[in-house]
Amino acid sequence: MSKIGEGTNPRSQEKRDLLVLLERAQSRSGYLSKETIAGLAESLGLSIGEVYGVATFYSFLSIKPQGRNVIRICRSLPCYLKNAQTIIESVRKAIGIGPGETTADGRFSFELTNCIGACDKAPAMMVNDDVHGDLTPEKISKILKVYK
Amino acid sequence: MPEKRVVLANCGVIDPRDIATYIDRDGFKALKKALKLTGGQIIDEIKASGLRGRGGAGFPCGLKWELASKAPGDEKYVICNADEGEVGTFKDRYILENDPFSLIEGIAIAGHAIGAKKAYIYLRAEYRFLLGLLEKAIAQSKKKGFLKHLNIEVRQGAGAYVCGEESALMDSIEGKRGEVRYRPPFPPTSGLWGKPTIINNVETLMNIPRIMLNGAEWFGRMGTERSKGTKVFSVSGDVGKPGVYELVLGSSLKELVEDMALAKKVKAVQVGGATGRIIPADMLDTPLSFETVLGAGAVTVFDKSRDMIDIVCRTMEFLAEESCGKCAPCREGTEAMAGILERFSKGEGLEKDITVLGELADTMMLASMCGLGQAAPIPVMDSLQHFRGDYNKRISQS
Repeated sequence: MSKIGEGTNPRSQEKRDLLVLLERAQSRSGYLSKETIAGLAESLGLSIGEVYGVATFYSFLSIKPQGRNVIRICRSLPCYLKNAQTIIESVRKAIGIGPGETTADGRFSFELTNCIGACDKAPAMMVNDDVHGDLTPEKISKILKVYK
Repeated sequence: MPEKRVVLANCGVIDPRDIATYIDRDGFKALKKALKLTGGQIIDEIKASGLRGRGGAGFPCGLKWELASKAPGDEKYVICNADEGEVGTFKDRYILENDPFSLIEGIAIAGHAIGAKKAYIYLRAEYRFLLGLLEKAIAQSKKKGFLKHLNIEVRQGAGAYVCGEESALMDSIEGKRGEVRYRPPFPPTSGLWGKPTIINNVETLMNIPRIMLNGAEWFGRMGTERSKGTKVFSVSGDVGKPGVYELVLGSSLKELVEDMALAKKVKAVQVGGATGRIIPADMLDTPLSFETVLGAGAVTVFDKSRDMIDIVCRTMEFLAEESCGKCAPCREGTEAMAGILERFSKGEGLEKDITVLGELADTMMLASMCGLGQAAPIPVMDSLQHFRGDYNKRISQS
């Protein structure tokens, strides 16, 4: 039914590894599909509800398909003080979508997030695992160009 | 009191990718010394130093270790809390980027002290870019034979502020939703998988090798009566030089924000992140210590152009979103407070709202299960105390 955990033999894993397995599936497929969740539940002997509960608790896990690159702009206070709003607008203009959306070509998903620990470089954002700080509207298109 | 680099002594000095540069700076000498001592002797030294937890709660470190060490059972765990999610905090990121080896040495000493064979570093998802560096540092330490007694594994968070709270963090390592647990029992007796567990902040563990090498007496000479050693602060907001600064505990807030971080025209400073105290400019002489204000050392500066209600409102919206939802006082209280503050920020506050905020605050502080809900009302109450005029101006006249 599902390919989750192939090569890791999930039946031998204990339930305690659920979050690790979800993280792996997320990074492999870009999101956690219904089939993935059901497959994990079955192989670990958990209810679908419990796996779904964990999958939806964490902001870096997604049950919706995501773009190949995920932009996360920090909207916490230290970035807000440094005009994060103008960065949000610049990204909106550059890729043509707003927070919570994915571009039609699947290149970008756009999210707002809470403090990413880059307040000394505010305003800041993450693209996938990369942190970009000291942002200005002018820097945005150059930064995004790299992510195909 | 001066800036003093104890925790950050190696930051910018060693190469975090090369263990040899750490060993050249007395690296792992403290561990070698500790391995010749019994767990009890190490714990006595840490207790004598007066070291308190650097993650915000300030619990005496040696006492925590002693409780775990004396708890029955062979299977025990050390957890390093690297889920630095508090708004305005980035000191642990700086430490991990620059000196992962001191942290590993601290964890290794902790493991020997309580008799743990397994340790976890719980790294927040937002710091995934540090995973490779951290795992490389662990691998190098292992290869050099420093981790024969302890297996250290890095576990990644998946994006949840509340997982910095120790019981939610443990649930997360156990593969569950990161929801807060009822306590007691406390982690030193029943923690990860119900086993005795110590869970310490990155910065707390960074202090361990320093104390083991230089002695509790040396450490105890720094700081105040109840706040020994130094503290690493993350300074951001309206300052000329945002960044990470380490000061002897008891130094004044003024010294940190004006002299070091070059803040001008300060209106207020929030110390301790989203749930931290708000200190108005006329109280900048306040010393930074556990007796006064500290938290995890997040210092956010607001200059005179800022609107305090806007700031408090945004903070409460954040807390409402990040509440894990398990207990009603926090789940409902943060939502209700955010709603009221939203009205004030639009100039539609009601006189009775001020009373309601006070009542909500009392209930949340008294009845919430963890620090998030208990501390969430603090900035609201502080802003009401120091900037009541800002609220009065926003009470609807219609």
